[in-house]
Amino acid sequence: MLQLDRLTLTQGSFQMTADWSANPDARIAVMGPSGAGKSTLLAAIAGFLKPSSGRILWQGRDQADVPAGERPVTILFQDQNLFPHLTVAQNLGLGLRPDLRLTPADRARLDEALARVGLDGMGPRRPAQLSGGQASRAALARALLRARPILLLDEPFAALGPALRGEMLDLVRAVADETGALVLMVTHDPKDALALGGDTAFVAEGIVHAPVETRALFANPPKDVQDYLGRT
Amino acid sequence: MASRARPLNLIAPALAALLLALVLAPLAAVGWRGAGLSLGPADWAAVRFSITQALLSAVFSTALAIPVARALARRRFPGRTLLITLMGAPFLLPAVVAVLGLLAVFGRSGLLNQALIALGLPPISIYGLHGVVLAHVFLNLPLATRMILQGWLSIPSERIRLAQSLGFGPSETFRHLEGPMLREVLPGVVLVILVICLTSFAVVLTLGGGPSATTIELAIYQAVRFEFDLSRAAGLAGVQLAVGSLAALAAWLVTSPAGFGAGLGRELNLSAPEGWRRAGDIAALSAVALFLSLPLGAVLLRGLPGLSDLPAVVLPAAGRSVLVALASSSIATTAALTLALAAARRPQMLLGAAATLPLATSGLVLGTGLFLLIQPFATPMTLALPVTILVNVALSLPYLYRILLPEARAVHSDYGRLADSLAIQGWSRLRWLILPRLARPLGFGAGIAAALSMGDLGVIALFAGERQATLPLVVSQLTGAYRMEAAASAALILVTLSFALFWACDAGGRRAAA
Repeated sequence: MLQLDRLTLTQGSFQMTADWSANPDARIAVMGPSGAGKSTLLAAIAGFLKPSSGRILWQGRDQADVPAGERPVTILFQDQNLFPHLTVAQNLGLGLRPDLRLTPADRARLDEALARVGLDGMGPRRPAQLSGGQASRAALARALLRARPILLLDEPFAALGPALRGEMLDLVRAVADETGALVLMVTHDPKDALALGGDTAFVAEGIVHAPVETRALFANPPKDVQDYLGRT
Repeated sequence: MASRARPLNLIAPALAALLLALVLAPLAAVGWRGAGLSLGPADWAAVRFSITQALLSAVFSTALAIPVARALARRRFPGRTLLITLMGAPFLLPAVVAVLGLLAVFGRSGLLNQALIALGLPPISIYGLHGVVLAHVFLNLPLATRMILQGWLSIPSERIRLAQSLGFGPSETFRHLEGPMLREVLPGVVLVILVICLTSFAVVLTLGGGPSATTIELAIYQAVRFEFDLSRAAGLAGVQLAVGSLAALAAWLVTSPAGFGAGLGRELNLSAPEGWRRAGDIAALSAVALFLSLPLGAVLLRGLPGLSDLPAVVLPAAGRSVLVALASSSIATTAALTLALAAARRPQMLLGAAATLPLATSGLVLGTGLFLLIQPFATPMTLALPVTILVNVALSLPYLYRILLPEARAVHSDYGRLADSLAIQGWSRLRWLILPRLARPLGFGAGIAAALSMGDLGVIALFAGERQATLPLVVSQLTGAYRMEAAASAALILVTLSFALFWACDAGGRRAAA
């Protein structure tokens, strides 16, 4: 279980709080106005930002002293998810072994993951030779290989068109099913939140509200969600 | 950031402290020995001459560079890119070679005097203030041109299009576009060249001298080598430090990061006026091309025949110079990378100070201090090469740091979190992230450091005997003895090695980055 225990995050004069928990197999869309702190929340869970007070716990263990690379987390950023000077295969390999000393078994797993996301035979390519959708698939393949119990998505598909984004969401669900991961996905689009299935945590005015079922939220939205969605 | 304190986090501060000590200990020695010493009239004359020649050199270099930079900015002609590239070369050209080339053209039996005598006119002398300024202009005009050209290229193309659509002629373009740009760029250019000329030693050693044309640096050298008056040397070094650090501080505050690494490839659609302005541009470009190429051509012509019959001292000196250059370049590059990576993660006063402080000093100031520190324990001569390496490391560190820091910051901000989230730390991070991403600036910076170290004549002149001489010192000694053919041959070898070292490092970096 992921617990945000009276968590307070501070960046300059900006402050936000969260106090809720989520099951290990939850699918949570994180929605809210720009600048509300959605990415800040993910950065804290991933280990890039120390809480100013409160705790982040995974399966009961406080994550405060766990460095980013050792947290039970895979994170996909808005961009720069792949090192441009390395091949796709090397980029995936780094997810298995940071020193890239891969065993034949590692390589087999790597090829399998590439095939799984539809990038068969693209291992030797450089990221610059991939389309935006293919680059996202490669990043998801690495998430598949790492198989960490929490998958954080900080709008990695924002630059893709609606159809491609739909495909990526299908893939995210598949990857999450296979690895049994808890998913936290930042998005601006209610359709994406619905497509993810599961819950939505709404972020506004310095508070990350506890996740509620997405369908129920949109069917009967409170005032600030209505404002955000632009419904009257 | 939630990361545990790793021992790696202590390496950079420790290194910074070591580098600070390397600079501060000699300065303390200078201060200790030179304190309370009153300067005589000859010393004040040296101070005045130092400042006068540096000011004149900076102003002339900058003023002459303006028309050249403008012509390069608004004209397109075959060989333009080549000319701009060649303008980057004098930065790496050993000063002793430039002096030798200028002697071949403007010297006692040089081309100019031969022509004057043939015309029945009295010959001119290159020695003294005007010779020193001439050599400094030769060395710094290209740097000034490139810096000012960068200013022209930084004028936003929208503003140029706006000017064209408003029907601006050349004078309106100057008033509204070029003038404001020059007001912003020129102070920095003047200050950078001022700093370079204040610490110039090799030029003054050959073309200056005597009571009327001695700089502080030359006076330090004479006090150590000929009078063996270390207290006076220390006092002079203190004055040089005060003057040099003021100028360096001003330059550091005024200038934006130097652009000698940039390709300057951006296209600019400045209108190219016809008529006398066209003739003026052609004249400026031809004059500067001739001024820069004649002396070097003369060295080439004089030096080539003698290559088969080199003085015995040349090759061993060349070997020593290459060793010094490789050692100081690799140490300085490693140190600068360590500091830049740590500073990119978290800015720290200590790191910035360690990487910037050497700018305030000069080779002879540090050299005098180290001489004072070493002398009670050992014969300074025996440590000539290690000391030269250390001083070259200190002096090239600020340039390397400035080249590497923005790139290290970019890598950190673009890929730091990704690498952290994948637990890519330590050697893996260096091997798979830092070195590939920074290969280009590392190669370029190492090349600059190697070439500068290869061609440097400064501290080695204070320390070296026959058996420690580096190639620039040998060239300078041959020039001083009027063995011009032998000097030219040695100079050719020096230039070739300097540029070969730069090219090898730079190309290596490019290949590793590809």
